[in-house]
Amino acid sequence: MPKTIKITMTVNDSTAEFEAEPRELLIHSLRNRLDITGPHIGCETSHCGACTVTLDGKSVKSCTVFVGQANGADVRTIEGLGTPDSLHSLQEAFREHHGLQCGYCTPGMIMRAAKLLEEIPNPTEEEVRFGMAGNICRCTGYQNIVKSIMAAARDMNEEGEVAQ
Amino acid sequence: MIPAAFDYHRPRDMAGVLDILETYGDDARVLAGGHSLIPMMKLRMAEVPHLIDLQDVNGLGGIEIGNGTIVIGAMTTQNEIIQSDALAAAAPIMRETSLQIADPQVRSMGTLGGNVANGDPGNDMPALMQCLNADFTLVSASGERTVAARDYYEGPYMTKRGDDEVLTAVSFAAPEGGHAYVKQKRKIGDYATAAAAVQIVREGDACSRASIAMTNLGDTPILSAGASAALAGTAVGQQDIHAATTAMLGDTEPVEDNRGPVDFKRHVAAVILRRAIELAWSRS
Repeated sequence: MPKTIKITMTVNDSTAEFEAEPRELLIHSLRNRLDITGPHIGCETSHCGACTVTLDGKSVKSCTVFVGQANGADVRTIEGLGTPDSLHSLQEAFREHHGLQCGYCTPGMIMRAAKLLEEIPNPTEEEVRFGMAGNICRCTGYQNIVKSIMAAARDMNEEGEVAQ
Repeated sequence: MIPAAFDYHRPRDMAGVLDILETYGDDARVLAGGHSLIPMMKLRMAEVPHLIDLQDVNGLGGIEIGNGTIVIGAMTTQNEIIQSDALAAAAPIMRETSLQIADPQVRSMGTLGGNVANGDPGNDMPALMQCLNADFTLVSASGERTVAARDYYEGPYMTKRGDDEVLTAVSFAAPEGGHAYVKQKRKIGDYATAAAAVQIVREGDACSRASIAMTNLGDTPILSAGASAALAGTAVGQQDIHAATTAMLGDTEPVEDNRGPVDFKRHVAAVILRRAIELAWSRS
């Protein structure tokens, strides 16, 4: 039997503990062990971005992270962003502006967009396109994805102003 | 896409890293951001029985700028390079290059050390390090040494780094003059079809000296002394630029692959270098 190691990580604010071979990829641990199936496997070669999650505050492609590297880390996936009853502004905006068609790339798109809007709360369209360059969509032609992210940014900034 | 099984090590200090390297020799490899090594392991082009994750090792990060010298720790990510305003002021070509590497997610993991250490001819930082005449710091159980970036690369994935050594930092003198890193790629995230790193120093109306290195046009990054010499003492007119690109093409040996046939690569290389020289000169 190949050697396993004990993994402890925080996923969407809950502690997860399991034994795994260190060569297991983070995306497989999330989907197959923890039943967190929001992050998708598109290319599995760090090109498409469908598996994007936030790892210790950074946008990463979880197909290119060994679970051993994520031992002790804080992981956030689309499941930790909004709920069906209380959608995140980005989820609301993607619905409103048809930012998805088949939906396969959407969890990765929205996780990357959420981090992008933390990095740049008021992005230009060019900054959105550059900041989303690691996520591929084969349906929309990106137009409505960009529109959705711009709308969510406006919405989140207005909420911020109201809160102040 | 699962790599062969390995033992995973996560030492807390460099002594621990060197211990494991000494015990296992070339059966052990260090892992920085993993965005070169993990894809190779997944394709089973690299077999690593003992993987040493450097993330808990102190002292491998950070960007120090002082006394005209810049020192960047090997674990510094491309995103950290992009975000450092001090580095962008001292060596703007660093940010310009990092912004053209891969995509945002990959840049949040990929490190400078990983980019330069492997000897992947597709990587962008090696040519830039040659352009800047950087030194690499290598540490082993028997001590520390520096190797110039211009001497480090021997062939594809073959470098002067010994199996028992870890590349811990990159250092270079703050560059002078105008800069440019210009890259032609098929799509976002791709390696270069051709890319050029250029620094040009202007005195009055003439170029006093230039430094030019090319990415992905041979087995190693290519420093073109001929291209640099072609510009020195000139006013960097079109004929001088043509002389520089001609000299550069004499130094490079592109091979046909899925980025195109040799003639196309030579054409692209000349166009890219011309654009890089014009941009660097306009900024000098």
